[in-house]
Amino acid sequence: MNADFADRQRSAKSEESGKSAKVAGRYDLVIGLEVHAQLRTASKLFCSCPNAFGHDPNRNVCPVCLGHPGALPVLNTRAVDLAVLLGEALGCEIRETSVFARKNYFYPDLPKGYQISQFEHPICVGGAVPLGDGRSVGLVRIHIEEDAGKSKHPEAGDDTESRIDLNRCGVPLVEIVGQPELHSAEDAGLYLSSLKRIVEFLDVCDGNMEEGSLRCDANVSLKPAGAAELGTRTEIKNLNSIRNLERAIRFEADRQAKILDDGGTIDQETRLFDEASGRTRSMRGKEDAHDYRYFPDPDLPPVFVSDDRRTRIAAVMPELPLQRQSRFENSFGLSPDDAAVLTQTRALADYYDAVAESAPDPVAAANWVRTELLGRLSAEGKDITSSPVSPRELTALLKALDDGTLSGKLGKAAVAEMVETGDAFAVVVERNGWKVVSDTGQLAVWVAEAIEKNPSEVASYRAGKTSLLNFFVGQVMKASRGQADPGALRPVIEKALED
Amino acid sequence: MSKTSLRDLSLSEAALAVRNGEVTSVDLADAFLSHSEQVEPGIGAFLHLERDEVLQAAEEIDQRRARGEALGELAGVPIAIKDNIATTGMPTTCASRILEGHRPVRDATAVRKLREAGAVLFGKTNLDEFGMGSSTENSAYHVTRNPLRVDRVPGGSSGGSAAAVASGQAPAALGSDTGGSVRQPAAFCGLVGLKPQYGRVSRSGLVAFASSLDVIGPMGRSAEDVRLLLNVISGPDSLDSTSRAGGSSSRPGDSTSRPGGSPTGPENRADAPLPSVLGIPRRWIERGAGSDVVRVFEETCEWFRAHGVELREIELEAAEQAVATYYVIADAEASSNLSRYDGVRFGYRAQSAETLEELYTRTRGEGFGLEVKRRILLGTFVLSAGYYDAYYGQAQRVRSRIRSELETVLSGVEGILLPTTPTPPFPLGQKSDDPLEMYLSDLYTLPASLAGIPAVSFPAGQSEDGLPVGMQLYGRDDSEQDLLDWVSRFESSTRGNGGAS
Repeated sequence: MNADFADRQRSAKSEESGKSAKVAGRYDLVIGLEVHAQLRTASKLFCSCPNAFGHDPNRNVCPVCLGHPGALPVLNTRAVDLAVLLGEALGCEIRETSVFARKNYFYPDLPKGYQISQFEHPICVGGAVPLGDGRSVGLVRIHIEEDAGKSKHPEAGDDTESRIDLNRCGVPLVEIVGQPELHSAEDAGLYLSSLKRIVEFLDVCDGNMEEGSLRCDANVSLKPAGAAELGTRTEIKNLNSIRNLERAIRFEADRQAKILDDGGTIDQETRLFDEASGRTRSMRGKEDAHDYRYFPDPDLPPVFVSDDRRTRIAAVMPELPLQRQSRFENSFGLSPDDAAVLTQTRALADYYDAVAESAPDPVAAANWVRTELLGRLSAEGKDITSSPVSPRELTALLKALDDGTLSGKLGKAAVAEMVETGDAFAVVVERNGWKVVSDTGQLAVWVAEAIEKNPSEVASYRAGKTSLLNFFVGQVMKASRGQADPGALRPVIEKALED
Repeated sequence: MSKTSLRDLSLSEAALAVRNGEVTSVDLADAFLSHSEQVEPGIGAFLHLERDEVLQAAEEIDQRRARGEALGELAGVPIAIKDNIATTGMPTTCASRILEGHRPVRDATAVRKLREAGAVLFGKTNLDEFGMGSSTENSAYHVTRNPLRVDRVPGGSSGGSAAAVASGQAPAALGSDTGGSVRQPAAFCGLVGLKPQYGRVSRSGLVAFASSLDVIGPMGRSAEDVRLLLNVISGPDSLDSTSRAGGSSSRPGDSTSRPGGSPTGPENRADAPLPSVLGIPRRWIERGAGSDVVRVFEETCEWFRAHGVELREIELEAAEQAVATYYVIADAEASSNLSRYDGVRFGYRAQSAETLEELYTRTRGEGFGLEVKRRILLGTFVLSAGYYDAYYGQAQRVRSRIRSELETVLSGVEGILLPTTPTPPFPLGQKSDDPLEMYLSDLYTLPASLAGIPAVSFPAGQSEDGLPVGMQLYGRDDSEQDLLDWVSRFESSTRGNGGAS
């Protein structure tokens, strides 16, 4: 599980200003993020090739996405619908008419020599990303574009040839361009994790940053504290996790501060973040900046989104993460922290919803899902989407706990075994012969055994060291393999020791 | 039937003869191939023509007939294809070194439709590289000569298609028209050439030059041959989002659009209706055209007038800006469309490049011809930051004005009559060193391209020294069938005397 939105909310709140120490006081840090999200369509943006990750290189290709002479793009309208859905969720204005344009540049993984994108007329303008604490960050725009392929350049030594995989060519993306309204690495992390959560809840994008289905570039600049005018910015690329986004921003802010402190000026340039060293390094300067020669793509008519279509898309809007978070608080009485954790992903929230629906105590249920289930799953290298324990089975366990037929200790063991084996709750209980024993006759047998085996502790207890009661409880729990009902046990032990 | 008479059949007559078993597709193909062997060495119409391939395709048609399969409207009829239209089983080079030996993996939609109609693909014809030129002298492989006068150019860029038909090597051909590339060579070679309305014929498989202008068009010896080809290749296509339905490309009740229908030769169109009013931009013509062309224009006007058509003088002001407008827009689009030829994935790749930059510059420097490079430079410039609005933006605004001007004019008249070219075919080499002079010779074809409206060129007379002169009709949206009706009427009354009289 990555990008813990709840953790980020907590840490952002705890760090008062959220500003990097070296920057604080002298400079204001200004950050704007550009996020690319791959849209979850079955096929690519302009052809019928599958939109899929992880296949052998250069398999999911056709004349259109290979840019063969004479091949023409035909728009996948599902991608437009997903962009509209995202725009609606973020409160953007959805433009009735948007226009695809060509962004011209040469690169071996760009088969046509241009990327089809939207430039002057994007599909969405305005809107905002909520940070979850009442604050939100404005959006400039959201536009649709096609992805490029991947180049693999030789590592030192071995391979001497660069290789190109064009499977990703033509995969539909939205680029979500934020206003430069973020002022700390932590807030930037919060923004990105919030956005990640939203695209996931909408099922617009799978949000997977490792596989590159969600990517982020950061524009970072400093200005003298309180100044109105923005300083010169650098654009940092290659940020493949929220943690790296934060690391890169902190490094870059410090780097710029040092230059400014020494009376220097910042070069407007594109920088790459190096994960290993935690540093950013110059990739290309302003003088090498491309002139993309954008112009409307004559192969594609303008995209028209009628009011009717927009309304139909908005009508099936799923519950958004913050709405869900507050419903968990209000309907189930969860703490803000539990509610945030359980709405980290849509799959987790759906899971909890299914459990809470019939669990005797939703708050206890939250605790069991959050601590026991997620803990066990992560120990097994799984997550909620691959949980062998269905919400129904977990609910059965919670009911047994609630009616006292299972102790908390055995409950934990049951979760572990259910996660490990995938067996139903009843099967696990049956196999282990787990039942809470509160029958005083059976309890008295175990207690007598414990008294007999520990004569010195009995003597000390009788001499007044009554804290040893817990020692005897532990002995009996051990002997009963956890089946003894601790509540019923105590009076039996006390009575036996007094005799 | 003798081989000469086989070659003289109209497309529908030939197809009917094949369907009825009066002649085999192989006989038909052989008649054209044999003639081609005689004349092609002196013309150079083809970049690719293989006797065995053609005969094999013809043989397949004959076998299908023998099996009792229904054959289409072009059963067994050889059709030559301009070499910028994708064909599987044959190269598609665009007459460029950079695509030497390139073999497409898909047929162009128009080609697929031809095959489905039973046509036999008859080789790939020469052109100005990527369609950029008006003389077919810009081919990377060889020049094509005008079959009617071999020291003259056949026009371009579909000069190979025009020369193939005019020299009797093929009964009809597909060309492509971006700024006049079907109409001008048709005029220079004494043929009928139609630039359909933009979007009428799918561009899927047509190698892009200027995407907002490109359209595949038929070229033939008569309006009816052209009509038959148009009806086969037109229609909306899921592979081209700019292709359009509608129009009258397949009229209800039109026998030529019905497979198995009776042949409709020119004689059947002798009673086709004529327009009641045509517009004539006389001042523009007198200012821009040579004396031979002006004379044939006046003769053509006279013919229409004599047949009850009112000729109304019109002024075209925006259209006079067409040359500058066209060369900005077409070259801007071309500079982007031709970016894919970078030596990385297909086509020519420069050897011995040490860096990526070198691979690009050498591949493109060596692979493209002079005219193509000129246009890429021009197109790149007009899209550049700081120049975009003054050039590309301005050209788009003028283009809109040209379109609305023609729309307005065409709301008052049914069509516009004007010459196709300012002069008869010029001598080989005369303009090849003067690109501007070459560009200016497109002035009468460009406005229809920029407006996206249909236009047809038809043989209308001869110059003093016997060179062909073509006239042009612009039509309203969806008026291809009307334009061909009018040309058919003109043909039927002037047939045999070489033009208007």
